[in-house]
Amino acid sequence: MQVSVTSLQRLLARVSKPARYAGQEWNSIVKDWDDAQVTFALAFPDAYEIGMSNLGLMILYELVNQRKDLVAERVYAPWVDMEEAMRAAGIPLFSLETRHALREFDVVGFSLQHELNYSNVLNMLDLGGIPVLAHERGPQMPLVIAGGSCAYNPEPMADFFDLFVIGEGEEVLVELLECVRDCRAGSRSRTARSRRDLLLHLARIPGVYVPSLYRTLYNDDGTLSVLEPLIGEVPGRVRKRIVPRLLPPPTKPVVPTTRVVHDRGMVEIQRGCTRGCRFCQAGMIYRPVRERPVAETVQAVGELIASTGYSEVGLVSLSSSDHSGITEIVSQVTTRHGPDGVSVSLPSLRTDSFSVGLAQMIQTTRRTGLTFAPEAGSQRLRDAINKGTSEDDLLQATGAAFDAGWNRIKLYFMIGLPTETDEDVAEIARLIREIRAQGRAIRGRGVRLNVSVATFVPKPHTPFQWVPLASRATIEHRQALLRRGVRGRGIHLSWSDWDSTWLEAVLARGDRRLGPAIRRAWQAGARFDAWNEHFRPDLWQQAFQEEGIAPSFFTARERGQEEVLPWDHIDAGITRQFLWEEYQRALAGVPSPDCRADCRGCGILRAFAQERARVADGEWGCP
Amino acid sequence: MTYGVDAALCYASLLDMLGLWERLLRRAAVPVAYSQGYNPHQRLQFGSPLPVGYSSECEPLDVFLAERMAPLLFARAVVRQSPAGLTIAQVLEVPLRGPALQSTMRAAHYRVRICAGEGEEQVRAALNHLLGRAFIVRARTKKRRAVDYDLRRLINDIRHTSSHGHWHELHMDLACGMGGSGRPEEIIDELGLTVTQYSIHRCRLIWSKGQESR
Repeated sequence: MQVSVTSLQRLLARVSKPARYAGQEWNSIVKDWDDAQVTFALAFPDAYEIGMSNLGLMILYELVNQRKDLVAERVYAPWVDMEEAMRAAGIPLFSLETRHALREFDVVGFSLQHELNYSNVLNMLDLGGIPVLAHERGPQMPLVIAGGSCAYNPEPMADFFDLFVIGEGEEVLVELLECVRDCRAGSRSRTARSRRDLLLHLARIPGVYVPSLYRTLYNDDGTLSVLEPLIGEVPGRVRKRIVPRLLPPPTKPVVPTTRVVHDRGMVEIQRGCTRGCRFCQAGMIYRPVRERPVAETVQAVGELIASTGYSEVGLVSLSSSDHSGITEIVSQVTTRHGPDGVSVSLPSLRTDSFSVGLAQMIQTTRRTGLTFAPEAGSQRLRDAINKGTSEDDLLQATGAAFDAGWNRIKLYFMIGLPTETDEDVAEIARLIREIRAQGRAIRGRGVRLNVSVATFVPKPHTPFQWVPLASRATIEHRQALLRRGVRGRGIHLSWSDWDSTWLEAVLARGDRRLGPAIRRAWQAGARFDAWNEHFRPDLWQQAFQEEGIAPSFFTARERGQEEVLPWDHIDAGITRQFLWEEYQRALAGVPSPDCRADCRGCGILRAFAQERARVADGEWGCP
Repeated sequence: MTYGVDAALCYASLLDMLGLWERLLRRAAVPVAYSQGYNPHQRLQFGSPLPVGYSSECEPLDVFLAERMAPLLFARAVVRQSPAGLTIAQVLEVPLRGPALQSTMRAAHYRVRICAGEGEEQVRAALNHLLGRAFIVRARTKKRRAVDYDLRRLINDIRHTSSHGHWHELHMDLACGMGGSGRPEEIIDELGLTVTQYSIHRCRLIWSKGQESR
């Protein structure tokens, strides 16, 4: 079924920001379904403005659509007014390119980037006419799959997905779609048995986890006893997939007609990070580090500007200033494109590798925002979390920024970290005041610091995966300490809302027993939980209560070294032993060096020896 | 330049169109002039903003160039980079020091199609009644305050042009410019008909004397 233009226009006349449902954006790819052997809906479970800024989706969209036999189209979560209008009019959720209803696709793939999007997943499935529970989907229903960082703990969402793709999707997604094509070509009709057979075939693809082929057993104390395969054909642990070398980046991304969160082109210059910050899941799960060569990056930036017309290009990575050729990249890009009014932004800057030269190059065309993430106020705590930067590094970086002309700087900090004390938090306030004083001495009273203080949420596959979430009382006490410590002009302080932190913590390290509660919360009306104006913690509290789940079991417990964790069957390539050792070093306040300088044997090289053999020496950040 | 916006692009706001044009012109590699200062931007001048949901065939846009370029070459470059829903109707060179677009606009003509429960006679009667009113007082929100204004003063003419079943076509000539702008949907509201659907297309802009060549 395709939603008619007339029906769509009737809806759009009544909703806010209608342009986000109109499609037909510049560079969008519309293909003939008659030529396609597999149709794939790339679903992002948040509003259009957020999803269109997601680089992962752009990569997969362009990659899949390069194939003549495959079609990839986009679907985003409709805003609440559009959902209401669609349900009232009986219009199903549809793709932007051809307005096909979601249930018409062969495969629907969700990008799970944030736990607070889970209720939107269910809502989109329901709006798309697809049963939310995987076991209720008949043979004519699409395969519903997920990938992204949250797939590294797939269990809370296991009831809703037919399978998860673990790791980087560029190769495995195409393998998966080809398998769907081949299996369906072999059978004349879609039956319940053929759907089961298809899942069995897909489960054999490395990096694919089919939860229905595994079972969970629990101990009397509620901890997980075992999560094991039900059949011999699937592995006990599913290892993530990586690409040995970054594929060429997308250079013709869809350009939104309406404003989105990041209105700029993006080129991924590096994947992975060698710094080993202990709180950071991305730094662990995206290993190993692979740099994009300077020449390829510069060429891609040029093609991107020519095909989109963007006035700003972001050089994206977990730690942009760690790229060995960053100065050369920025220099070439600003020289070639600066005269045309194009500026460069570096979203993730480390204070210890930021330089005056880099600052001056960035601001020659137009000054974009500068953000630094010291994370902790005291050196003791920065060492414990392995942030690896000093106060001198930070002040040197902010000084360089002020000298180069920046008046506004954004700073990210965290509270609720393991071993943290009130004194550590007081140090955050002192540091902020010091930077403000520094800025005023250089730039005058117009200096403004935007300080964001997040509450630390322990994540799977990190050295802090065993750590409890700090209590509400502790967090609110420390937030109050900070507010008292940074009064005055020139500082805008923002902090995390407790309820969203709490829910994120439950879902991040939950297990399969959370599925019924997630469904109940959605049925009660949970939507857009990542948006303050729509988040209803009461719905979630009630859902947990009705399902007999104590959320504190997942948030407030310190987990033991030997406890079976709900994500142990997902292999991120990092050994549990390495993570535990890093945890112990954190408790002792001992930092670990950058692994480019000194390999600590995290496990990546052993896990991906074959992939490593396919690249030249020096292409990875590993020694 | 005069450009048109059809159904594919009619949901873009003015800010969206500004971004769209900036990107289009950059892709077209035409020598657009930039403003000075810390945050240089392209020197573009739009006419009266086209409300979200309207289509049009007559939107004006002045583009300041850093160096002269033949209109035909400019048009070709821009057309090649135009997204779905955007058509380029006319490109011509105008004096650098001419008056600002918004200051010379006087009126706009709209083709409005409404789907109403009433028949042709009732629609005509409603129109005549509306035009016979001396004042039509309505409120608009300006800077978060409700401000009263007289809609009747902004109506130059409205004619019923055709009817097909429940669909009726009206031609509206409304004031559009510095002195105030009449909005077709407000007139639809004032007609008092049971309108379930409508479409609005801006078909012509009327300029001050001496600026008609736009």
